[in-house]
Amino acid sequence: MTAVSTPVLAAVAQALVLVALLAAVHAPLGAYMARVYSSPRHLRAERLWYRVVRVDPDAEQRWTTYLMSLLGFSLVSVLVLYGMLRLQQHLPWNLGFTGFDPAGAWNTAVSFTTNTNWQWYSGEAAAGHLVQMAGLAVQNFVSASVGMAAAIALVRGFARSGTDARIGNFWSDLTRGVTRILLPLSLVAAVLLMAGGVIQNLDPHTALTTVEGATQQSLGGPVASQEAIKELGTNGGGFFNANSGHPLENPTPFTNLVEIFLLLLVPFTLPRTFGILVGDKRQGWAVLGVTAGLFTASLALTTWAEMAGPGAAPQAAGAAMEGKETRFGLAGSALFAVATTATSTGAVNASHDSLTAPGGGLVLFNMLLGEVAPGGVGAGLYGMLVLAVVAVFIAGLMVGRTPEYLGKKIGRREMTLVALYVLTTPALVLVGTAAAVVARPGLAGLQESGPHGLSEVLYAYASAANNNGSAFGGLTSGTPFYEVTQGIAMLAGRFVPIALVLALAGCLARQAVVPATSGTLPTHRPLFAGLLATVAIIVVGLTFIPVLSLGPVVESLS
Amino acid sequence: MTIDTRNVPDTPTREPAPGGARPAPRALTRAQLRSALPGALRKLDPRVLYTSPVMFVVEVGAVVTTVLAIVEPGVFAWWIAVWLWATVLFATLAESVAESRGKAQASTLRATQKQTTARKVDAPQDTLTSGTRLDRLPTVEVPSSTLQVGDVVVVAAGETVPGDGDVIEGVASIDESAVTGESAPVIRESGGDRSAVTGGTVVLSDQVVVRITAPAGATFVDRMIALVEGSERQKTPNEIALNILLTSLTVVFLLAVATLQPFAIYSGARQDLLVLVALLVCLIPTTIGALLSAIGIAGMDRLVQRNVLAMSGRAVEAAGDVDVLLLDKTGTITYGNRRATEVLPVTEVTPRELAESARLASLADETPEGRSIVELVDGTYGTAEELPLDAALVPFTAQTRMSGVDLPLTRSSEAGGAGNTEMHRIRKGAGSAIRRWAQSTGTYLSEAETAELDAHIDAVSRMGGTPLVVGEQLGEHPARILGVVRLKDVVKEGMRERFDALRAMSIRSVMVTGDNAVTAQAIAAEAGVDDVLAEATPEDKLALIKREQEGGKLVAMAGDGTNDAPALAQSDVGVAMNTGTSAAKEAGNMVDLDSDPTKLIEIVEIGKQLLITRGALTTFSVANDVAKYFAILPAMFMTVFPQLEVLNIMRLASPGSAILSAVIFNALIILALIPLSLRGVRYRPASASSLLQRNLLVYGLGGLVAPFIGIKLIDLVVSLIPGL
Repeated sequence: MTAVSTPVLAAVAQALVLVALLAAVHAPLGAYMARVYSSPRHLRAERLWYRVVRVDPDAEQRWTTYLMSLLGFSLVSVLVLYGMLRLQQHLPWNLGFTGFDPAGAWNTAVSFTTNTNWQWYSGEAAAGHLVQMAGLAVQNFVSASVGMAAAIALVRGFARSGTDARIGNFWSDLTRGVTRILLPLSLVAAVLLMAGGVIQNLDPHTALTTVEGATQQSLGGPVASQEAIKELGTNGGGFFNANSGHPLENPTPFTNLVEIFLLLLVPFTLPRTFGILVGDKRQGWAVLGVTAGLFTASLALTTWAEMAGPGAAPQAAGAAMEGKETRFGLAGSALFAVATTATSTGAVNASHDSLTAPGGGLVLFNMLLGEVAPGGVGAGLYGMLVLAVVAVFIAGLMVGRTPEYLGKKIGRREMTLVALYVLTTPALVLVGTAAAVVARPGLAGLQESGPHGLSEVLYAYASAANNNGSAFGGLTSGTPFYEVTQGIAMLAGRFVPIALVLALAGCLARQAVVPATSGTLPTHRPLFAGLLATVAIIVVGLTFIPVLSLGPVVESLS
Repeated sequence: MTIDTRNVPDTPTREPAPGGARPAPRALTRAQLRSALPGALRKLDPRVLYTSPVMFVVEVGAVVTTVLAIVEPGVFAWWIAVWLWATVLFATLAESVAESRGKAQASTLRATQKQTTARKVDAPQDTLTSGTRLDRLPTVEVPSSTLQVGDVVVVAAGETVPGDGDVIEGVASIDESAVTGESAPVIRESGGDRSAVTGGTVVLSDQVVVRITAPAGATFVDRMIALVEGSERQKTPNEIALNILLTSLTVVFLLAVATLQPFAIYSGARQDLLVLVALLVCLIPTTIGALLSAIGIAGMDRLVQRNVLAMSGRAVEAAGDVDVLLLDKTGTITYGNRRATEVLPVTEVTPRELAESARLASLADETPEGRSIVELVDGTYGTAEELPLDAALVPFTAQTRMSGVDLPLTRSSEAGGAGNTEMHRIRKGAGSAIRRWAQSTGTYLSEAETAELDAHIDAVSRMGGTPLVVGEQLGEHPARILGVVRLKDVVKEGMRERFDALRAMSIRSVMVTGDNAVTAQAIAAEAGVDDVLAEATPEDKLALIKREQEGGKLVAMAGDGTNDAPALAQSDVGVAMNTGTSAAKEAGNMVDLDSDPTKLIEIVEIGKQLLITRGALTTFSVANDVAKYFAILPAMFMTVFPQLEVLNIMRLASPGSAILSAVIFNALIILALIPLSLRGVRYRPASASSLLQRNLLVYGLGGLVAPFIGIKLIDLVVSLIPGL
């Protein structure tokens, strides 16, 4: 083994391990999740909860009721979290931290409710244990479950036939996502992480021994349990400001791999659940193929960019190690960066600001694609299904039939909803970024001028509107301007698409299924998968080419 | 539609309108463009153009750049402004050219609508029932435009039928060439399925009494005119959905370009509004936006050229989606007439004996079946015996279900007087009918004889034929059965290939027939039909359609009779034959002027072609954007970021020429694709997979590559413009 090829081999090896792990759990977990969302039985704990919140978990809801329940629940979530953050000094276990200011509390409340988990503050310097556990961690579970519920509702829309737009019960979907999927999995994950050295205690302080042998005090806390759901629910809000770069959150290459595995687990498995629920596993394979293809391409390019280390600074230093942890290395950092941006998680183990210019551009592009490859839990699946509808509409005509996907005709109503969906996030990203780079309070937050500064702002709004939550760094976002505008971007970027998706689900559920013949556009073949990937890149990508060309592209070419 | 003006030389008004698109052109002619130009200019009116959001945005862009060019004149500004106007104009031109064909046809049809005088029966409507010699009632002459539904008129030879209606008395030959373009006269008679007459057609012989079924101004010809002219054209569901997608793409690019200015300002490279407008126009899907309505109009027009009138664009779209095709057997899959192909005598009868008896029974039979028996026997045995003059014909009746001939037996003249001449009676007909007749003469068929006859009958049925049993009776002796003549349904040539093509399109064909299941299966197998509905009543047909539709399938059918009307109305694509009743024509959503039911196949192909053309041009349009970015973005920002020169992979001469070349390409591609949008992309029946593969390759990959070449070539020319 030569010195040159060692890192490359290591990069390939860790990717292969990841693929093997994901492949091993794909079918069983996918089938399990399909059962979770279609079983008529309730657990005893679930029944108790339904009685407490006074809902009938067996009542099938029309899409409008489903949406109202979802929005109502999320509104209450925002308000409760806002209250907790504002009143932190009056709450027990606050570790002496005071309440958040209004803009900051709004931003954080919205951020965690929308599964974005953008943090303008430093976790260890602002949030006490109660806020962390009863506020933020609870949202880590339920906001993830809300995303999965919306995706399952859309899948039901495809799977059902000729109903009066009934697409399931939100309360049941929400509850089961937490009790049967996220809680058990994160329990296992937390144990694994603790075994890997992640701390789990309720101490205000943890003593550390540094490399030099000195003792250092750090904040202690329930880190492993937080960490598990942070990755599993594609949340990303770290206990510590350094997030997964912090030695107590992510001490070793082993925990690094576990965390990456966790954040890819549900997004890469949901296509299987989708395939089972629509009664054609091949459809699930096609969606999985597209997401895996896009993900692999992005990973390969980013890893190459980081390892090749183009640009003046990396060349001078010998490697693009600025902002990266030596214990993860280039490949471990690149893999984490791609995984976290492609899944709308937003956890980071390196500073994305310090990625090479093309690497930074690529992780930015992962988000701009609309978080579909594979995207956040649930959100990625419904995003990809919406893109599939667009692809079917454009290409489906070319087989000489009016477009249909999974036996459902894509008519005027469906197209309107899909078109609005496709419009929403780019509008939020572009308008937000444009406002920030011309407004004085926006410009004030920039650390850098020129193309890199533009990348910082673009990254911030791409992250917010796509509910990713990772930050490029460099941007001072803890100002009212960013807190408020990003809050709007997060809120609209989460709930406008969900509303459109649920409306689409209702529309589809009403339709009778058109039986497939050999004249029907086959949507499970590689040809269609390739087409879907192209539509994702061209239709979504084309929107952002101008702004990208002034940011990362210019940077990469200099 | 092929309204052939040569057939009606006496009506100079039927000359095609100037610049009309006859004969159907394959490519655009200069004359065509010139004549479509006034219409195209009228369509520039923003109040008309706003229905196409993409082109409306281009027009606004053209206005903005024109204002900019006036305020700050410059070579570049004027070039951009002119080419943006050209882009909009090419779009309206495409629509105008597409409409011009219809306009020419409409003016031909209008000529048939001249005011005529109708001879109206002067009596209260409710007293007028057919069968009471209505033509003897007094008539008054009224202008045809005053006729109302329910009025009864008398039309004699040489007169023009004053309005749409059904013949309720009489039979006449009618020249329908004004409507159908078919010069051979057609027969229209009361009762049955050939009773509908169309206003504007001319009675050639005899006289008919017609009950008017459509008020003046809402006749078939009126509807045809509206249809071919496109005056009632409404956007079809898929067209609307596509328009929504195109609008959303336009909004996305509007956002991308509008927000580019802040980014540019931030980067210290503020852009001219002119350049931003140029970028916007290049990015929004102008190609498909410009050609979308032309594609729809041309699709309807292609149907009209095949003599099919679609009452709605929705039906044409539905035709592309058809899963099941119902076709009547008789006249569609088989020739309407059966042919004798073989004689099967029972024991003790020689083939020749049977053949000659069958021939005698058929000599005076003018039905195609009868003639085919004579031809068969003459061909095989070379007989040439004529019927004796005193032979008496026994015509077919629905009661006896047999026909035949009575021949006086040759005998010595002294033996008998008139009145009890011994007769040689020959009968042919359905097995059950002949058997009943034989039994009535005292014949007793032994079990063996019955079995033998049944075996023959069964064998013929099984092979898809119709068994015709022949019997004879000499004098008053018991009759005896001679054997069976095989009448074969002759499947039209090329049907198998057509059904294979349908199968390739994934369309299931179902043959509908009144025949028994055995016969029907045999013919279905021979013709290559997928499925069969035997011994079908109109109710069965309707039930079948409903059943298929419940399974989510789209059903197409052709029909002509009044009893087909419910099924026609129920089907998703119902093609009524022009020869049919007005009820059928009313119920269907298409009318075939040639009355050729196999045209359903062509209709389906046209529907598919229409959808494919839309998809192909949309794909092409979106794929084009990649190259345009490579042309325009480096041009916009090269001054601030020289490293972007790397992206100028086409090596375009200057920023100005790059932007202008992209704009010119964007406009010219519309013009270049007008013929394709009018003609439709090539369609060959194939599976969805292979269609997608081929079209993605041609229009997806082609759309990606073509503009790189096109823009480069244009740039070579444009860079020669001084002062750019």
